[in-house]
Amino acid sequence: MSTPFAKLPAWADYGLIPVLNLLVAFAVAGLVVLLVGENPLRAAVILVDGAFGSGQNIAYTLYYATNFIFTGLAVAVAFHAGLFNIGGEGQAYIAGLGVSLVALTFDSVLPWWLTFPLAIAGAALVGALWALIPAYLQAKRGSHIVITTIMFNFIAASVMVYLLVDVLKPLGSMAPQTRDFLAGGQLPKLNFLLEALGLSVRSAPLNISFLLALLMAVFVWALIWRTKLGYEIRTYGFSPKAARYAGIFESRIIIITMMISGGLAGMMALNPIMGDQHHMSLDFVAGAGFVGIAVALMGRSHPVGIVPAAILFGMLYQGGAELAFEMPNISRDMIVIIQGLVILFAGALEHMFRPAVQAALASVSPRSMGVPAAKGEGA
Amino acid sequence: MAEAAIELIGINKSFGAVRANRDIHLEIPRGTIHGIIGENGAGKSTLMSILYGFYQADSGEIRVGGKPTAIKTPNDAIAVGIGMVHQHFMLVENFTVLENIILGAEGEALLKTSIAKARSELERLEREYGLEVNPDAVIEELPVGLQQRVEILKALYRGAEILILDEPTGVLTPAEADHLFRILKQLKDQGKTVVLITHKLREIMAITDNVSVMRQGTMVATRETKKTTVEELAELMVGRRVLLRVEKGEAKAGEFKLSVKNLTVKDSRGVTMVDDVSFDVRAGEIVGIAGVAGNGQSELIEAIAGVRRAISGSVMLDGKPIDVIGVADPGELRDRGLAHVPEDRHHVGLVLAFEENENSILGYHDDPKYLKGPFLNIEAIMADAKDKIEKYDIRPGNPKLKTANFSGGNQQKIVLAREMEQDPGVLIVGQPTRGVDVGAIEFIHKRLIAMRDAGKAVLLVSVELDEIRSLSDRILVMFAGRVVGERGPDATEGELGLLMAGVEHKEAAE
Amino acid sequence: MDALVQLLDATIRVSVPLLLACLAGLYSERAGVFDIGLEGKMLAGAFAGASAAAVSGSAWIGLLAAVGIAVFLALVHGFASITHRGNQIVSGVAINFIAAGSTIILGQAWFRQGGRTPPLAGDSRFNAIELPGAAALRDVPVIGTIYSELLSGHSILVYVAFLMVPFTWWVLFRTRFGLRLRAVGENPAAVDTAGISVTWLRYRAVICTGILTGLAGAYLSVAQNAGFVKDMTAGKGYIALAALIFAKWKPVPAMFACLLFGFLDAASIRFQGMPWPVIGKVPVQFINALPFILTIVLLAGFIGKAIPPRAGGVPYVKER
Repeated sequence: MSTPFAKLPAWADYGLIPVLNLLVAFAVAGLVVLLVGENPLRAAVILVDGAFGSGQNIAYTLYYATNFIFTGLAVAVAFHAGLFNIGGEGQAYIAGLGVSLVALTFDSVLPWWLTFPLAIAGAALVGALWALIPAYLQAKRGSHIVITTIMFNFIAASVMVYLLVDVLKPLGSMAPQTRDFLAGGQLPKLNFLLEALGLSVRSAPLNISFLLALLMAVFVWALIWRTKLGYEIRTYGFSPKAARYAGIFESRIIIITMMISGGLAGMMALNPIMGDQHHMSLDFVAGAGFVGIAVALMGRSHPVGIVPAAILFGMLYQGGAELAFEMPNISRDMIVIIQGLVILFAGALEHMFRPAVQAALASVSPRSMGVPAAKGEGA
Repeated sequence: MAEAAIELIGINKSFGAVRANRDIHLEIPRGTIHGIIGENGAGKSTLMSILYGFYQADSGEIRVGGKPTAIKTPNDAIAVGIGMVHQHFMLVENFTVLENIILGAEGEALLKTSIAKARSELERLEREYGLEVNPDAVIEELPVGLQQRVEILKALYRGAEILILDEPTGVLTPAEADHLFRILKQLKDQGKTVVLITHKLREIMAITDNVSVMRQGTMVATRETKKTTVEELAELMVGRRVLLRVEKGEAKAGEFKLSVKNLTVKDSRGVTMVDDVSFDVRAGEIVGIAGVAGNGQSELIEAIAGVRRAISGSVMLDGKPIDVIGVADPGELRDRGLAHVPEDRHHVGLVLAFEENENSILGYHDDPKYLKGPFLNIEAIMADAKDKIEKYDIRPGNPKLKTANFSGGNQQKIVLAREMEQDPGVLIVGQPTRGVDVGAIEFIHKRLIAMRDAGKAVLLVSVELDEIRSLSDRILVMFAGRVVGERGPDATEGELGLLMAGVEHKEAAE
Repeated sequence: MDALVQLLDATIRVSVPLLLACLAGLYSERAGVFDIGLEGKMLAGAFAGASAAAVSGSAWIGLLAAVGIAVFLALVHGFASITHRGNQIVSGVAINFIAAGSTIILGQAWFRQGGRTPPLAGDSRFNAIELPGAAALRDVPVIGTIYSELLSGHSILVYVAFLMVPFTWWVLFRTRFGLRLRAVGENPAAVDTAGISVTWLRYRAVICTGILTGLAGAYLSVAQNAGFVKDMTAGKGYIALAALIFAKWKPVPAMFACLLFGFLDAASIRFQGMPWPVIGKVPVQFINALPFILTIVLLAGFIGKAIPPRAGGVPYVKER
C-alpha cells in the first residue's frame, strides 16, 4: 500500500513525532487530574519520586516493567507480520498454568535454577499453544485474528476461573489460588544489583525474570532484523502478495509468528507467579497483556523503543501506587487512562502531527524536505 | 468550429514533489469526441480528475459552456453536466444496477419513490441509447462490459452532457470495445460531448474528432484526428521517434526449457481464466504472449511461476515437472532456474517499505550466499546490492534508501536486476515496461534481448502490442483464456489484432 | 411455566444492552468503520447516565448525559479513524481503556463511594411500564401470562431497544441514508465519485453508534440497575460484537443472536450449580464462555460464513 502521508527525515519520524504524541497524551491525562481537583504538576512530581525516589521504588518500577517488556515484545512481533494480537492478556493468563504445573511438580525436588528453565519452557509453550488456535483459524479459515484473540481472552479467563476455583485450589483452602511453591519454585531477587549501586532495597519483587525479559528484547531484535525468518515475517507484514511471490508461505508465517508472540506473552507469567507471589492466583496478569499494546505502539515495535516504554509504564504503575497514597482522588486506575491515551495518541492518531511538523520543517529548511519522490505513476 | 463545451486554462497540479499537470490549456468543442492521449503517467487521469472535482487544481481555471466554473467536488461537476466513467469502476459490487444508479442521486430521503422514478428513467435511457441492462441484476454477477454500461448509465441518469471515459477499453474484449465505440458515437449524435482518455493510438484514430497529446504533465499538441497520423501522435507522445524495432540478431533456439501442456486455471470466483493452454519455450528465444488485458495472460504466468494454483494440466521445466496443481513453491522454482518478473511490481515484485538492498534478495533470501546459518549475511547482501546498482544503473545509487523513493523505471530495474543476475535458465516477464519512462524502456528491452542471446528462454507477457512485436521471436495470442494463434515476428498488427479480437477463434467454434 | 416465564423475562432484561450495543456496532461497521470500542462507550454512558441522574434527579437527563458522552467518544473514534486514517482497532482499544479508567477515577473523586454512583430511585430511574390491560389479562392462561409477565413490566428502554430492530432495518434498506451507509462500507470510492462525502457519511454512522451505545449504557445504570458500579459492562460490548458477527451484520438476526447470548447468560445464573439433563453438571464458566466459543466456531466457517463489509477496517484514501 502506498503511504498517503508526507515523508519526514528519520529523526523527526522516530524522535520528534513519538515524543509529541506522548506529550499530548500526558497533557490530556493532566486535564483529568485537574478535573478531579488535584494539581497535575504536583502529581507528576509525586509519581516520578514514587517510581525512582529510592532503591525500593526503582526495584518495584523494574518489576512492573518486566511484565510489560514481555507483553510489549509479544505485540510487536505480531505487528511485524501485520497481525494484531490482542490476546496477550489471555495467553499470559493461560501460560500461568505452564509455570504453575512446573513449579508444583518440581519445587520440592529441584533447585530453582533447574526449575526456572523448565518453567520458561512451560510458560512459552502454553502461551504459544493458546495463540496457535487463533493463528490456525486465521491462516487456514480466514477468521479475523483481532476478533478471535479477543474471544480467546474471555475463554482463557473462564478456563482459569474454573481451574483455580474447582481444580487447582488445595483442599480446605478458601482462596482461589494454588498452594505456595517451595524454594525450588521461587526465583531469586535482583535487589542485590541495586544495592551494589548503593541503593537500599528493603524487600521488592524485582527478580531474575527481568534479565530474561532483557534477553528476550535482544532475541526479538535479532529475530526480526537479523534472521531469515524475521525477513520473511517483515515481508509478509508489509505485503502478503510479495511474500507469496517470494515463496514465503502465508500460513506458516502467521502460525510461527503468533506462536512466538504467544510464547513471549506467556513468559510474562513467570514474573508474578515464580518471582513474586510464589503461587498462582486469580487475575494475576492484571491487564499487563493490554499494556503491551501501548508499549509496542509507543516503542514503535522495536526493542530499543519497547524497553524504555515498558519502564515508563512500570514507572506509572509504581508511581501511581504512591500517588494513590498522597492524593486519594487518584487511584492506580489513572494508569489505565494514561495507557488508553498513549494508545490513542501514539497509535490511532500517530499521524496527527505529521502535516504540521512537515510544514514547520519545510518552512525552516525547504531543502531538507527534498526527498526524491517517486514519479507519479498512473496519474 | 462549434462552441467549446469545456475550456481548461492554465491548470497546474502537484502531488508533493511530482508535478502531474503543468500549465495545461485545452478546449473541447461541444458535440465531439475528443481524445486525450499520452503514456502512462503523462498526467491524463489527473487532469480529468480535476475536471471531475475529484482533485482540485493548484491554479488555473475551468470554463464549462463558456462560464468560469469552480468544480470543488464531484457534486459540482455533476451539477454542470459532467459525468465520468472511471478506469476502475466505481460500483458497489453487491448492490443491484438500480441501486448503483441512484446512489448519490436519490432525490429524496426515502427510497421507494426514487427507485420507481429511476426505473422508468432508466428504461427511457436504455431505449434511447441502446444500453440494455437488467436493472435488478447484482453488479458482481455482470460481465465487465455490462458493468461499464452501468457506469455510463449512471452518468446519463445524472444528466451528463459531457462524458469523460478514462481508459475504457483496458478491460474490454475487442468486441466489447467496438460496442462501446458505437455507443459513444450514438451519444455524440445526440449532442453529447465525449472525452476519451487512452494510451492506445488505434482507438484515437478510430473514433475521435480531435486529439490532444500529453507528455510528462504538459499538453504538447492538439490535432484534428483526420489531419494527423499514428506516427505523428506517437512521436508527440514520447517526444522523439519511437524505436519500433529493437535491434537484434537472428534467434538461435536450442533445447526445450519450458513446456506447458493443457494448462487450465480458474480465478478465485471459479471462472476459467486459462483454458487448456499448451506451448513450449526454447533456450535462446523470446516467446511473447499478446492479448487484451484480462484474457488469462496474468493467470497463465502466475500459474507457471507457482504463485497461483492450476486446476489441471502440466508444466515441465528442463524436462522435469512443476507441481502446478498442488502446492507449488516459488522458492523451489527459483532454485531450479525459473525467474519471474511479476506484472505488479508495487505489490508483488517489491516491498515498497523495504530498503533497496532488502528488495534485491526478495525470493532469493533462501540462497546460502545471503545467509549465515539462520541469520542474514548483511555484508554479502549490501555488496550484492551495490553490484547490481552499478550494473543496472539504478538511481539514486543508495542501497539503504527506501524502495518507495525510487522512480517507476528504477524500481523495475531493481526487480530485473534481482531476477536476471541469478542467471536463470528461464525468465518469465510480465509487463516489463508498464509505468516506466522511455529511457528505461530501451534499457529493459536491450537487457531482455541480451538474456535471449545468452541462451535463456524468455516468456514475455505484455498488453503493449508494439513491445511484443519488437521483442518476440514467436508470438502467441491469447483470447478468452485460450491460445488462439501463433505467429512469427513479422506478423502484422492487423493480423494480430484480429486474433486478439478472437475472430478466428469464433469461426473455428462455429 | 412460571420458571420458564421468569427465565425468558430475565433473558429479555440481559439481552437489551447487548442488543443496543450490537445495533450500535452495526451502523458503524456497515459504514466501514470497525468498532471494538463498544464496551468503552457503553461503560462511559452508564457512568455519565447514573451520575447525571443522581445529581439531577431525572432519569431523562441521565439518558441525555449517557448519549452525550458516548457520542463524544464515538466522535473521538471517528476523528482518529476517519479524519486521521488511524488504525480502527487501535483506536477502539484506546477508547475502552480511557473509559475504564476515567469512570473509576471520576466516580471516586465525585461521589467517594468506591467507584459507585449514589443509588437511584423514583424519577431518577427508568421504572417498569405496565402495558395497557396487563393487569386485566394476568389470569388468562398462557397468552395472559406471556403478555403481562413477559411483555409488560419493562422499562421504556427495553421497548426502545426492540423497536430499534425494525427501525434499523428500515433505515438500512428503505432510506437514502441507509443506501449510502451500506455503499460506503462496501466501496467508499463509489460513494465519493457519486458526489457524497465519505467523511461526513462515516461520521454520521459513528454518531448513530454513539447514540445507541449511550442508550445501552443508560439502560445498564439507570434502568436495569439503580446506579453505576465499576466495570459494570463486564465484557458486554465484546459479546455484542460477537453477536454482530454471529448475525452477519444484519439487524433482525442481530436481535436473535443477542437473545440467544442473553438466554445463555440468564440460564447460567438461574441454573448455576444445578445438574443439566443428560450432560450432568456444567461449570458456569463454560456457559459464560459459550457466546465466544460459538462466535469462533462461526468465524472458523464451520457453520456458514461471516463476510464483513468489504471496506471495513480500511481508512479511505483517494487513489492517485
